[in-house]
Amino acid sequence: MGTTTISATDGVPQTGHTGRRRRTDVAAARLSGLLLACALLVLVAVLSVAVGAKAIPPGEVLRALVHGRDSVDDSVVLDLRLPRTLLGVVVGAALGLAGVLMQALTRNPLADPGILGVNMGASAAVVVAIALWRSTDPSFCVWFAFAGAGLAAAAVQLLGSRGRSGPGPVRLALAGTAVSAVLSALISVVTLLRPDVFDQFRFWGVGSLAGQPMSVVTEVLPFLGAGALLALGLSGSLNALALGDETARALGTGVRRTRVLGMLAVTLLCGAATAAVGPITFVGLAVPHLARALTGPGHRWLLPYSMVFGATLLLGSDILGRVVAPPGEIQAGIVTAFAGAPVFIALVRRRRIAEL
Amino acid sequence: MNAPTTLSPLSAPETALRGRVLRLYGGRVSLRWRPRTVLVCLALTAGCLVVGALGLTTGAYRVPLPAVLACLTGHGTGADSFIVTSLRLPRLVCALLAGGALGMSGAVFQSMSRNPLGSPDIVGFTSGAASGAVVEIVLFHGGPYATAAGSLAGGLVTALAVGLLAAGRGAAVGYRVVLVGIGVSAMLTSLTAYLLTRASLYEAQDAQIWLIGSLNSASWAVVTPLAAALAVLVPATVLAARALDWLELGEDTARGLGVPVGRARLVLAVCATGLAAVTTAAVGPITFVALAAPHLCRPLVRSSGALLVPAGVMGALLLAASDFAAQRVLPGTELPVGALTGVLGGLYLCRLLVARRRAARA
Repeated sequence: MGTTTISATDGVPQTGHTGRRRRTDVAAARLSGLLLACALLVLVAVLSVAVGAKAIPPGEVLRALVHGRDSVDDSVVLDLRLPRTLLGVVVGAALGLAGVLMQALTRNPLADPGILGVNMGASAAVVVAIALWRSTDPSFCVWFAFAGAGLAAAAVQLLGSRGRSGPGPVRLALAGTAVSAVLSALISVVTLLRPDVFDQFRFWGVGSLAGQPMSVVTEVLPFLGAGALLALGLSGSLNALALGDETARALGTGVRRTRVLGMLAVTLLCGAATAAVGPITFVGLAVPHLARALTGPGHRWLLPYSMVFGATLLLGSDILGRVVAPPGEIQAGIVTAFAGAPVFIALVRRRRIAEL
Repeated sequence: MNAPTTLSPLSAPETALRGRVLRLYGGRVSLRWRPRTVLVCLALTAGCLVVGALGLTTGAYRVPLPAVLACLTGHGTGADSFIVTSLRLPRLVCALLAGGALGMSGAVFQSMSRNPLGSPDIVGFTSGAASGAVVEIVLFHGGPYATAAGSLAGGLVTALAVGLLAAGRGAAVGYRVVLVGIGVSAMLTSLTAYLLTRASLYEAQDAQIWLIGSLNSASWAVVTPLAAALAVLVPATVLAARALDWLELGEDTARGLGVPVGRARLVLAVCATGLAAVTTAAVGPITFVALAAPHLCRPLVRSSGALLVPAGVMGALLLAASDFAAQRVLPGTELPVGALTGVLGGLYLCRLLVARRRAARA
């Protein structure tokens, strides 16, 4: 792990032609792997538009995308399945990315973005919104959830940051646990006193891609885009951070700056994702491990791979949830855990997981 | 699910065997004890008595203390006697027993995993118990006993499954247990959430209250089996916990000192999981008592050992006091005690972090 990371960060010159050729070979393999994963994602996205309670032939799908609404089929494609698919792609990618960041920043293979209190913050805000305004309109709840996620993350940051070195991994986890516990108890009090709120919240709290209009996608997209750019820009610093704070500092990395920017990116990515689809934790936890098994620990490839894998996992789970129990649906948040956990456990048993 | 994610050793193991030794039967039975620990335990017990007296005397119907004492000794009058011995006393006893068991279980898990956030969650126990209970409530419409049995079965089967899945050779078994526990917990948590969306509103709320943890339905029928189970488990845990002081020095050191590490860990895990299991079956998964009780004891006792007994008494005091407050904080509503322990425990942890930050700056 050490050697690959160092050569990726500071570009230690490789000696002779063989070294350089091996590096370009590896890069070519990674690139073709990434392209393959992207192709798979496109395939899943096409399936996502075509598959559902009402099967629509591909020609019809294409016609609807190009010519607009003429029939019922067209409006199913444009108003229901297209936003759902786009949402799955952007949210899945964001969650995968946020998971990598979180694990790198805390140097803890078990960290998921929920540790920052983002999920609980968003949930508590949505409960308040439902309780006070009786509204579950998605484009109204999104802003509440986003504000709640941001506030909770800020509180965790504040509690977890110490002295000059910035937020340490253990303190961050403790602060996240504390804030999450308080918020979750508040949620349970409100839902106990108000059965009507509980009735709506239990569906939001599962995490689902269904029923969101296109406006939600456009509302969260700027935040997700900003977070993704920030995260991808940090990949070099994250590699250095993996070597430990002291080594990273010796290599010239601003450790505190990296942590603060990274946390900002996680808050943007995960806050917007949770606001859009509800709390889905498993993608952020498991996808980085799956991607790391293919790419190794270097973040330059790990970040894009995790984006593509996250999107594929979430969208694939959504499709599976649509077809597995007709005529009903199972929410994507549930299917991700059920499909993903066995893979995760199998990986743990093969001991590849410990290599962070 | 977030709780047990940090693997960081507790503060430096300065357990060093201190204190006085009490020898009985010509040295065949000996007991190490520290005056400070005994004093702390006595003070905490006194706290329990005060909370108990308050709980038994006050409420919607006031019973003066002498009348309560008369009821307890069997000389009470009609209404007084019914309210004290059939309504308030079982609830109080249940809180003390459950809190004590949770505190001890938390102390064992934190010490054994050398993780300040250790709890029965790390073997997937809590999520398994929750799934078992919710399956029972939602799918089979079971009553309180069936729910308790469901949670017990769910929790134990899950813990066993995690243990088996994580078993294997090599040094990193403890680490693998945590990882497998997280994977299994994720599956079970989403199963619970799914069942809640499929249930009718009434059943879902029933399940939700169970999931928060509540003493509202505590009666002698709940207390008796709990007390019987604890009568076996508590002595077993105390005996097994003698190995904890050495395990805290690290597995290799403990092995070098002649402790059968694998067997000691297994026995301890079974005992502590059992304590959590019977408590959860009786009152639901009450958060934070198991986590907070050992942390609250440590500065009082000023020792970094396992603190099994003080943590147990502290847990009993915490839960009894929380339940006393939960019944009175919102007039007209009996808040489940789990909601209150969550808020209080979370705020306490926040305070702890702020205090440490100040200390680090100074």
